[in-house]
Amino acid sequence: MSHAIADSMTMIGRSIRLGRRNVDTLIMSIVLPLLMMALFVYVFGGAINTGTGYINYVVPGIILLCTGYGAASTAMSVADDMNSGMIDRLRSMPIRSFAVLTGHVTASVARNALSTTIVVGAAVAMGFRPSASPLEWLAAAGLLLLYVLALSWLAAGLGAVAKSVESASALSFFMLFLPYLSSAFVPTHTMPPFLRGISEHQPITPVIETVRGLLTGTPVGDQGWIALAWSVGLLIASFVLAVALYRRRVND
Amino acid sequence: MIVEVTGLRKAYGSTAVLDGIDLEVAEGSVFALLGPNGAGKTTTIRILSTLSRPDGGRLRVAGFDVVREPAEVRGAISVTGQYAAVDAEQTGRENLVMVGRLMHLGRPGAKARAAGLLERFDLVDAADRRVKTYSGGMRRRLDLAMSLVAAPKVIFLDEPTTGLDPASRTTMWDAIRDLVRTGTTIFLTTQYLEEADRLADRIMVLDKGKVAAQGTADDLKARVGGDRLDLRFTSAAALDIAAARLGGFTDHERLVLSVPSDGTATHLHTVLDDLRAAAVVPAQVSSHRPTLDDVFLALTAREGVPA
Repeated sequence: MSHAIADSMTMIGRSIRLGRRNVDTLIMSIVLPLLMMALFVYVFGGAINTGTGYINYVVPGIILLCTGYGAASTAMSVADDMNSGMIDRLRSMPIRSFAVLTGHVTASVARNALSTTIVVGAAVAMGFRPSASPLEWLAAAGLLLLYVLALSWLAAGLGAVAKSVESASALSFFMLFLPYLSSAFVPTHTMPPFLRGISEHQPITPVIETVRGLLTGTPVGDQGWIALAWSVGLLIASFVLAVALYRRRVND
Repeated sequence: MIVEVTGLRKAYGSTAVLDGIDLEVAEGSVFALLGPNGAGKTTTIRILSTLSRPDGGRLRVAGFDVVREPAEVRGAISVTGQYAAVDAEQTGRENLVMVGRLMHLGRPGAKARAAGLLERFDLVDAADRRVKTYSGGMRRRLDLAMSLVAAPKVIFLDEPTTGLDPASRTTMWDAIRDLVRTGTTIFLTTQYLEEADRLADRIMVLDKGKVAAQGTADDLKARVGGDRLDLRFTSAAALDIAAARLGGFTDHERLVLSVPSDGTATHLHTVLDDLRAAAVVPAQVSSHRPTLDDVFLALTAREGVPA
């Protein structure tokens, strides 16, 4: 057991080191969301009526958009290991090779924490005025962490079955797209009924509504529990899926 | 025997990749699996190193059953695949330390082991550069060094020099010979007869998932006729005189006489002295060793062509 933890720590250290040095991934997970935020706030925001300053409305959505990019790059890192000789080296060693996924997932969460912090900081500089108490900040951070962890395991599972880095990128496309079909950028009641049905029954909307409520004081209602249920459910399902897909991939 | 295999079979779908392979490797020796692409060499290595499951057969490595005791086998072996399993964005030292930590040598232990291996594989100057700046030969050496962190009993090398330039290939061969001196058993695959010839104590020729031949390098060469000397003359008359004297095979079109040889200078002297006595002098003399192509042509033609 202590070996399993030590091996995971070694692989986490590796993934963080690789992530730090992969400039493309860093740019994708930090600069891109900042550009998207500037785009939405300064270009589209003026035309979108949300009943509040648009920056106050859009920040949670940008954070979730970040998690999508973060997950996509996690899927690609895992696919890279699965399709290079690295996974064979690890599997031929007397260790639990699943630690390679644990490493990527942990690095993914760390990368997301960093990009989220940068996005929030930039948002404040652009006029974002959160009204949250320390406890509300903590609750929002906790929920986001849970959601990011769930999404990262899902990404790791997809990366484990992908036959190439390119197909991992394609498999994770929906993670980048899902935020647009949620209350991230526009209130869902402005959407046609069909899209509204999708956007109100996917995990991103309750997570965004809860984070928005915690940070800016809009009503949360039962969205908080729904968001928590989605995140915990997604985490369990994603982890089970990642284990199953990894086993399937390595047993031939 | 540190590797014992009987009746190894593996199929992907309805295609048999390995069709009843038997082999034995003595401890401390070098065993080469020789064959063209698609012969089943990589599959054999993947199965013996627990990366892939066999469909049938009895397999033991370092005294452990490959299917039932994979963890024990993994503790005794290491594998260097065809594609260098190194992190391009880590330095050579970081790659080695990472493997050392996974082998639970502890931080100081892993660092000391890494330093020793960098020295041994002539990578000290490049140790703290990222691997993406390494040449192909340096990557392979680092890859091999990473396989040695745990001091394994058996090392599987899948085509260790494919794609390397001649100088890097020689360096790699030296590294492999050094390993043998430390008592490590080497199981390698190669497409090159020369490589098997230089490194291996025993060679098995694999063709379409079956054993085509096995033995020492000399055994195999004997089966394809060994070395030959090609003597080119400037006239058909000279060619005929030489052929009458030496025997061998004449090619009248190219005016070349081929005679079997043991490849020694003594034999060359004897041939030239014979020709001088007959007053014919060849315009050109060249020596030919059997190639993998010759081995395959000889082996497959014998089995494939109906009598």
